[in-house]
Amino acid sequence: MLEKHSKSKKKKISSNGHAKAPSVLRADCFRVLDEANRPNQKVEPKLSKEVLLRMYRQMQMTRFYDERGMLLQRQGRIGFYVPSFGQEAIQIGTTAALKQTDWIFPSYREPGVFISRGASLFDMLCNLWGNASDVCKGRQMPNHYSFSDLRLFSVSSPISTQVIQAVGASLASKLRKEKDVAITYFGDGGTSENDFHTGLTFAGVMKTPTVFICTNNQFAISVPTSKQTAAERIADKAIGYGMPGIAVDGNDVLAVYAATQEAVDRARRGEGPTLIECVTFRMGPHSSSDDPTRYRDSKMFDAWAKRDPIQRFRQYLEGKKLWDQKKQEELEKELKAILAEAVEKAEKEPAPDIETLFEDVYEHPTAQLLRQREALQKEQELRGKFENTSEAFPL
Amino acid sequence: MANLTLVQAVRDALLTEMTLDPRVVLMGEDVGLNGGVFRATEGLQKEFGEERVMDTPLAESGIIGLACGMAVNGMKPVPEIQFMDFIFPAFDQIVSEVAKLRYRSGGGFKCPMVIRTPYGGGIKGGHYHSQSGETYFAHTAGLKVVIPSNPYDTKGLLIAAIRDPDPVLFMEPKRLYRSVKGEVPEEAYTVEIGKAQVVRPGKDVTLIAWGAMVPVCLKAAELCEPRGADCEVIDVRTLVPLDEETILESVRKTGRVVIVHEAQKTCGFGAEISALISEEAILSLEAPIVRVTGLDTPFPYTLEHIYLPDPERVALAVGKVKNF
Repeated sequence: MLEKHSKSKKKKISSNGHAKAPSVLRADCFRVLDEANRPNQKVEPKLSKEVLLRMYRQMQMTRFYDERGMLLQRQGRIGFYVPSFGQEAIQIGTTAALKQTDWIFPSYREPGVFISRGASLFDMLCNLWGNASDVCKGRQMPNHYSFSDLRLFSVSSPISTQVIQAVGASLASKLRKEKDVAITYFGDGGTSENDFHTGLTFAGVMKTPTVFICTNNQFAISVPTSKQTAAERIADKAIGYGMPGIAVDGNDVLAVYAATQEAVDRARRGEGPTLIECVTFRMGPHSSSDDPTRYRDSKMFDAWAKRDPIQRFRQYLEGKKLWDQKKQEELEKELKAILAEAVEKAEKEPAPDIETLFEDVYEHPTAQLLRQREALQKEQELRGKFENTSEAFPL
Repeated sequence: MANLTLVQAVRDALLTEMTLDPRVVLMGEDVGLNGGVFRATEGLQKEFGEERVMDTPLAESGIIGLACGMAVNGMKPVPEIQFMDFIFPAFDQIVSEVAKLRYRSGGGFKCPMVIRTPYGGGIKGGHYHSQSGETYFAHTAGLKVVIPSNPYDTKGLLIAAIRDPDPVLFMEPKRLYRSVKGEVPEEAYTVEIGKAQVVRPGKDVTLIAWGAMVPVCLKAAELCEPRGADCEVIDVRTLVPLDEETILESVRKTGRVVIVHEAQKTCGFGAEISALISEEAILSLEAPIVRVTGLDTPFPYTLEHIYLPDPERVALAVGKVKNF
């Protein structure tokens, strides 16, 4: 598959005998489902019923989590949220191909990656509040999760910094002759960054077991992909780094899974890195502070809404008699109840103690930090409490 | 004991720790086969193999980003930035990632590494092979900044840095790489990070310096002796965390202070030390604190000997505070 798609001018692979419906998706993308959501059996991954239904459940949970995150922000209960609407297939399709010991270096728009790896919703929600039970002790904005025990790397706001770091983590595994791979996520805008270039350069030269997932959602806040690169396809950049590159339909979870599985297998066999461009569309705003009507046509949204990855996967499952309306209703009820319970619990958590400000700067606080902590304690005794005068986040 | 130059002490520390700890890996430009442009890693690739002494692509941000990922996944990387003047492409990885990781992950992820880099002027290196960038990094929470001035401290501090649980920027005064020699024990030993050293006791004026300015201050102290000023010289050794007590103790004794550094004056680390003394020991001062530093200009080529503090300039400053 990778070899077939490593050049830009290759024709679309899918030829399953079905009539082709027009699509907004680029023709060069590898796909399993056609526009009528029928599988091309030649490339359809052989996944068990359990795996398929688990993936569906995770996609659905990711959608509900995003909806809830945006709602909590609109209600003024949390300060900020970054939704991943329309990108669920990429998050769940990629992680389904991983082992639990593989390293994940995500960007900030991948809640589904955390959900599918097994991070608890309560822990994730505590991050949205930045409260005392937040793993990060309230030090990062919402969506910047970090779960070291799950090998889910700490999310950064600067773009693409994680790309080269993933190469380092996978190199460490390789040197110790372990079979773990590292996967990293970044957007189309992220490919313009220095760390994308160094990441793929180093990975190519050092032949590290790294899988690069570019979520090409066509916008970096307001700037379209055409202003990030003059290259026809981001997948083509792989050629310059000496690794295979493939573009896939990012709204087709089976295609994403199949491409990732092949890349992960290659990496595990010691055959080096792969760049996978997942072509999709950012259905939501960049963040809760963003208004996409300022910079993009609603026609694009409408066209991509017809390709909703969850609906498409549902139709596939229904075609296999694995899913029906009753099951859907039960699942929605169950997931929403789980989410509501976690929200209720997380919201009750208090803010972190002031003393936590001074923890984890170093393993042991310096004399300077200890004195500043003492001074702050004295100030608190004098003032009683601190007034919170922060403004709303603008970006 | 071996009589080593400062750069040989660097190599000795790396050899010692790589032998003791298989997690220690080196990476950088020309550090492998070539042994580094200053020969700080000479022969180490032959000793430990290409997997532990890696010639990387020519990209400083890549070197540090790679080291960050390796540190997170259980290794102890010692990346080299060939000249400190080239560290700025890696500024984001150092400042926003390596230094912040422990804090932003609530202590979940740790990023122990030692970023070695030769710094400083006096070697006819022009603007891009001479700068002293310590202030940029001393201003970064989560990072430690260590600068040795002699071979013994170099080995001991570098081993301590490699064993430290936090990221350390280890700045090597390249002007002293081969111009100083000293006795260095063959075995592994550490010099505690965060401790300054009084390298010359005196009662009249406190000279505070680090790296290549320490020998300059020692020579200045010799010049001042016949002129009637007995100088105490403090080698700060670690800017972060700063040993405030050793500095303040000396100031309380002498009441007169000259701070010397190569970096430009405005916002140089001397300003921080000056502020510390003002906050903690102002009643001990008999004269205003004087800073002898590089100029607020880019680092020059031909006139670098004018730009850099030298013993006579320091001695003149000593006279100024002594006779205030």
